[in-house]
Amino acid sequence: MSGAPRVPASLIGLAGFFAIWEVASRTDLVPGYYLRPPSVVLPKMVTLLGDPAFVRAVVATLVATLLALVIAVLIAVPAGLVLGSVPPVRRAVMTLVEFLRPIPSVALIPLALLTFGTGPDTKITLAVYGALWPILFNTMYALDEVDPLHVETARAFGTGRLGLLRRVALPSAAPFVLTGVRLSFAIALAVVISTELFSGGTIGLGQVVNVASGGGFNMDTVLAGTVLAGLVGYGANAGLEWLHRRAFAWSQPRGDAE
Amino acid sequence: MNMLEVDGLGHTYKGKDGSHTAIDGLDFTVGAGELVCVVGPSGCGKSTLLRTIAGLIRPSRGTVSLHGTKVDGVPRDLAVVFQDYSRSLFPWLSVTRNVEFPLRSLSRTEREARAVEALAAVGLAAAGKKYPWQLSGGMQQRVAIARALAYRPSLLLMDEPFASVDAQTRFELEDLLLRIRREQDTTVLLVTHDIDESVYLGDRVLVLSKSPATVVAHLDVPLGPVRDQIGTRASEDFVELRAKVAGLLQGGPVSVR
Repeated sequence: MSGAPRVPASLIGLAGFFAIWEVASRTDLVPGYYLRPPSVVLPKMVTLLGDPAFVRAVVATLVATLLALVIAVLIAVPAGLVLGSVPPVRRAVMTLVEFLRPIPSVALIPLALLTFGTGPDTKITLAVYGALWPILFNTMYALDEVDPLHVETARAFGTGRLGLLRRVALPSAAPFVLTGVRLSFAIALAVVISTELFSGGTIGLGQVVNVASGGGFNMDTVLAGTVLAGLVGYGANAGLEWLHRRAFAWSQPRGDAE
Repeated sequence: MNMLEVDGLGHTYKGKDGSHTAIDGLDFTVGAGELVCVVGPSGCGKSTLLRTIAGLIRPSRGTVSLHGTKVDGVPRDLAVVFQDYSRSLFPWLSVTRNVEFPLRSLSRTEREARAVEALAAVGLAAAGKKYPWQLSGGMQQRVAIARALAYRPSLLLMDEPFASVDAQTRFELEDLLLRIRREQDTTVLLVTHDIDESVYLGDRVLVLSKSPATVVAHLDVPLGPVRDQIGTRASEDFVELRAKVAGLLQGGPVSVR
């Protein structure tokens, strides 16, 4: 009902951004030749999407990102459930978690490249590391937010500890977990592309950008790759938000129906 | 035969800033098929009483027995309806799935049959596919009652079940409860702070004192099984009983007539 007029409104910011970029690169607001205008970059992006080698690179990046995200979910959700529901484990592990979390994945790229080489395992491993935290924390804190009356109700009907976890805690935490996944997608994508930038010989969007940037003569390709990464992130976020609204309509705040 | 026996029941919450005795030395019984209302001043420990009977809290002193067996942990055949329906129904489950929630041990077809039956009993036969947030407060509480009924408990505990709905809905739900227990012969222990409600619904009324709660009086309610909101509330017996309960709650000696 309110979807139709909202779509253009939500694109005003993006359109404005492209307009300013266009003006900045056409005038001398930004020095140098390297910032190509969107009127060049966007057609270039369309052309590149017709190039099988470029498409293969994009697919490689996307597959690595999705794989990293799936692995991160498989690790972080059970870990979050344990940390959220077993206080002794939480007390024992939280210091380690708070120590590891602020370490940027990109700072681990040199170590990872030397250890695992330039294959896809490296970027996936690093992206898993970066993507873990939002999912872990959202799962863990969602368990703190489980309504005690839901727990009492389930217990009064004879639900045991495992049943409570599976039938009460997990479903009530699910919307928060999905929000964590949404935040983690952008992180995983950024880490995968960053790692590709440094991994000579690998296939991926980051490597395409890195190769094209040599000498500064193909900045339209560099920028096309960069914009595409942004569009992928935007699309994934929009898709996950849509999924959130569809799957968790019950969690939208509202009063009683009358 | 006594369905429920409460013997010397007491509970003390121990906190960092001292301890608080919510209930103390409670003795009473509820016979099979009886509807007993427990009425007491706000904050007197009514909810603690109910949670100890439900096995959700382990009492500090005394025992609770359900058809002769001492309660240790949550008893199998007991259901609770809480005041706060909006937080007691599971928002991620449809109405039917909420009603089926306690019926895990049954086959799928049996679960469905029980849910259909229970929802029909509370007048919500058509609402099964809806979600709790799509229903009014009164309807949500009907779903909670249906869920408790579908479980077929030998004892139904109700904690201020009608305190969060408007007056009109409250009357409807009270009459719904009276009809259901006539039809299904359910044993009910209902906790309320509302004097009129305790007299209107109960076969017996237990009056509790201020915290720590003890039983001040057992009153029989001779109003018969069929009651109606206008006639019964206007009757001499009703008026006399509610004055008696009110007097007891204020702690003074009872001097009615």
